[in-house]
Amino acid sequence: MTQANTPLEYRSQQHQMNIFGFWVFLGAEIVLFSTLFASYFVLEHNTAGGPAGQDIFILKDVLIETFLLLTSSFTAGLAIHSMRSMQKRNLIIWTIVTLLLGAGFLYMEINEFIHYVHEGASIQTSGFTAAFFTLLGTHGAHVTFGIFWISLLLVQIARRGITEKTASKFFIASLYWHFLDVVWIFIFTFVYLKGMM
Amino acid sequence: MSLDKLLVTGDPLILFSQIAIGLTMVGLVALITYLKRWKWLWNEWFTTVDHKKIGIMYIISGVLMFFRGGVDGLLMKAQTSRPDMEFLDAQHYDEIFTTHGVIMILFMAMPMLIGIMNVVVPLQIGARDVAFPKLNALSFWLFFAGAMLFNLSFVVGGSPDAGWTSYFPLAGKEFTPGVGNNYYAIALQIAGIGTLATGINFVVTITKMRAPGLKWMRLPIFTWSTFVTSIIIVAAFPILTVALAYMSLDRLFGTHFFTVAAGGDPMLWLNLFWLWGHPEVYIVVLPAFGMFSEIIATFARKNLFGYKSMVFAVVGIAFLSMLVWVHHFYTMGNSAAVNSIFSLTTMMIAIPTGVKIFNWLFTLRKGRIEFTNPMLWSLAFIPCFTIGGVTGVMLAMAAADYQYHNTMFLVAHFHYVLIPGVVFAVFAAVYYWWPKMFGFKLNEKIGKWHFWLFVIGFNFTFMPMFFVGLDGMSRRMYTYSESTGWGAWLGFSAIGSLVMAAGFAAFCYNIYWSFRYAERNVGNDPWNARTLEWATASPAPHYNFAKVPEVDSLDDFWYKKKAGKLGLKKSDIKPIHMPSNSWTPIFISVAFGIVGFFLVFEWFTLAIISSVLIIIGLIANTFDYDDGYHIPAEEVEEEEREWRGELE
Repeated sequence: MTQANTPLEYRSQQHQMNIFGFWVFLGAEIVLFSTLFASYFVLEHNTAGGPAGQDIFILKDVLIETFLLLTSSFTAGLAIHSMRSMQKRNLIIWTIVTLLLGAGFLYMEINEFIHYVHEGASIQTSGFTAAFFTLLGTHGAHVTFGIFWISLLLVQIARRGITEKTASKFFIASLYWHFLDVVWIFIFTFVYLKGMM
Repeated sequence: MSLDKLLVTGDPLILFSQIAIGLTMVGLVALITYLKRWKWLWNEWFTTVDHKKIGIMYIISGVLMFFRGGVDGLLMKAQTSRPDMEFLDAQHYDEIFTTHGVIMILFMAMPMLIGIMNVVVPLQIGARDVAFPKLNALSFWLFFAGAMLFNLSFVVGGSPDAGWTSYFPLAGKEFTPGVGNNYYAIALQIAGIGTLATGINFVVTITKMRAPGLKWMRLPIFTWSTFVTSIIIVAAFPILTVALAYMSLDRLFGTHFFTVAAGGDPMLWLNLFWLWGHPEVYIVVLPAFGMFSEIIATFARKNLFGYKSMVFAVVGIAFLSMLVWVHHFYTMGNSAAVNSIFSLTTMMIAIPTGVKIFNWLFTLRKGRIEFTNPMLWSLAFIPCFTIGGVTGVMLAMAAADYQYHNTMFLVAHFHYVLIPGVVFAVFAAVYYWWPKMFGFKLNEKIGKWHFWLFVIGFNFTFMPMFFVGLDGMSRRMYTYSESTGWGAWLGFSAIGSLVMAAGFAAFCYNIYWSFRYAERNVGNDPWNARTLEWATASPAPHYNFAKVPEVDSLDDFWYKKKAGKLGLKKSDIKPIHMPSNSWTPIFISVAFGIVGFFLVFEWFTLAIISSVLIIIGLIANTFDYDDGYHIPAEEVEEEEREWRGELE
C-alpha cells in the first residue's frame, strides 16, 4: 500500500494491529450482548405479578433516545471524515456534538429508569426487570464509558493534533461508538417494540 | 463487622494455615528487603512487558496454585480414605471440593497453559513479542489479582462451598448466605477479563505477526492450537462474564435472575455456565494437544503424521465444543429430542479426537524414539487419555447417563481426561521448553522419579473411582458407611494420591536441584528440535531474534539446520525496536483486587471510593505515549556473538 492512499490510522503495523485487535474485541462484545439478549428473552414474561413491558414503556421517550443516539453515530462519522481530511477544528466540533448527543441519550435513559422505579418496576422486582435493567444498564454503562474515553481522546487531539497515533486511537473509539448504536437498534426492536406489541 | 466474622476462626486446620501464611508473607518481605531485591523485582518482573517473563510468572503462579489445589485434593482423599472418617466435617468438605475444582481449572491449568503459550508462541512465529505487550502484562496481573482474591477466601470470610459449577439455587444467598460465593463470583470475573484479553492478544499476534513466509499451513501445530484456543476464549468468556455478573447481582443486590420466587430461572445459570464451561474444557485441552504434537514429532525424529488432518481436527473440535453443553445436564428435564441431539454432537467429538490419537501413533511408527522426560509424559498421555475419552463416550449416551450422572464415575472420567490431557502436557512442556526459558535442562534422572511416581499414583488414585461410581457412590459425598463396601477402593485411592503428591514433590525438588547444579550452556537447540523457537539462543534474548527469520516450508528450522543455512550475517543486524516497561498493568490489577475485596464483603461505599484507583490507572494509560526504545545494533551483535561465536 502506498503511504499517500492509506488513511493515517492504518499507516503503521502496530496501529493496524490495534484496529484489528479492536475488531476482535467487538466480536467478544457481540457475544456479551447476545448473551444478555438471550437471557432477556428467557425471562421476558416472568414478571412475577410485577409490571410487564407494555405497562411501563413510553414510546415517545424511547423514540427520542433512538433519535439522539442514531444522530450521534452520524456526527461521529462526520468527525472521522474531518480527521481524514486533517481538519482538526471540525474534528473537535463534531466530536463535541457527538458527546452532547450521547449525554442527552444518557439523561433521557436515566429519567426513564427513574420513571420505571416509580411505577414499581425496580431491578429487584422480577426476573423480567432484572434482565431488562441489566441489558439496558450494560448498554448505558458502555455509552458512559465511551463519553469519558472520547473526552480524554479529545484532550489528546487538542494537544497533539491529528497524528498517526491519535488518529488510530480516535478511529477505534468511533468503531466502539457505532457498535453501541447497532446494539441500540436491537434493543429498540426486540425490547421496546416487541414489548409494546 | 466484627473481627470473628472477617477472619475464619475455630478450625485448627485453618488457624494453622493462617499462621503459616502470615509467617510466610512476613518472611518473604523480610527476605526481599534483606537481599535489597525490591527495585530489581519491580524493574525486571512487576513492570515487565516481555512475553517470556510474563510466561514465566504465569508458570510460577500455576505451580503455586497446583500446590494449593493439590493439598485440597489430598484433604478430600484423607477424608474418604476410610468409612465414617471424621477428619473434615461436611461444610469443610464442601468448601474444599469447591476450591479444588476452581483452582485446578482456572488458576492452575489456565495459567500454566497461557504461560507456555506466552513463552513459546511469539518465538515459534518469529515475532519480537505479542501484538499488545502491555495488554499482555495486564492479563497476567488481572489473573493474579483474581487468583489471590479467591485464595484469600480461605482465611478471610470463608471459602465458597457450592461446587465449582455453583448451581443455583444452592449458590444463591438464601442457601449460602456467607461471603464465600461472593468471592467465587468476583474473583473469577477479574481473572476472566484478563483471560479474554489474552485471547484477543493471541488472535492478533498469530494472524498479523508471523515471520515472512510462515503461511497458515506452515504454522507449527502448537501455534495452531493456541490460535484456535484463543478464538474459543473470545467466543466463550463473555458468556462467563454475563453469568458471573448475574450471579453477583443476585447475591449482592437482590435481583431475581436465578431465584424462582420472583420469576427467575435456575436453568438459565446452568445453560450459561456450561455454554462457557464446555468450551473451557477445550480451551485447556487443545493447547495441550499442540504441545504433545510438537514433542512427539521432535523425539520420534519424524515430521508430524497428517499435519493437515491435525489442523482440521483442532478446528473441528473447537466448532463442536460449542454445541454440546447440554450433556452436562441430561437429567434436568430436557425433552428426549434435545437430549438425543446433544448426545450425537457429543459423540461426534470423538471423531476428530480419534484422528489426533492415530496421528500421534503414526508419527511414532518407525520413528527413532528417544525416551526423554518430555517424551515419556507424551507417551503416557496416549493410553491414559484414551481411557478418559472412552468413558466420555459412555457418559455421552443420554440414556446410560441417567445411571451414572453425578457419580464418582464421572469424577474419574474427567480426571482421566484433564490430568493426562492437561497436567501431563504441562509437565512435558515445562521439561521441553525449560532450556528456552532458563538456558539449562531440568535433571532427567529426578525427572524420571517425578514421572513414574506421578503416573502410577494418578492411575491408582482415579481408577478405583470408576468402580465405586458404577457401584453407586455419588460425587461430593463426604462420608459413607462401611456396609457400602467402598472402603478398600477408596483407601487404595487415597494411597495413590500420596504417591502422586510425592511425584509433584520430586518435580519441585527437580526445579531446585537444577537451578543450583544443572549444567549451563546447553546450546540453542538442546533437543535437536524442528520448530523456529530453537533457532535463537537459550535463554532467548529479550529481542527474540536478531534478524526476523524467513520461512520456506513446514519445519523450516529442521531443514535449514540439516542444510547448514542458519548463520547470521553481521550486516543483517539492525537496531531493534522494543516496548518499554509499564507500571499501569500491575497498578490497575491491584486496584481491581481491592475493589473486588470490598465488593465481596458488600462494603459498597469503600468499593466506590477505591474504584477511583482503576479510573486513575486507565487515564494514566491512555495518556501514556511511550513508544518504546531501540536496542543498538552493537548490543545485539555482542549478544549474538556470545552464543554463535564469530559472525559471518
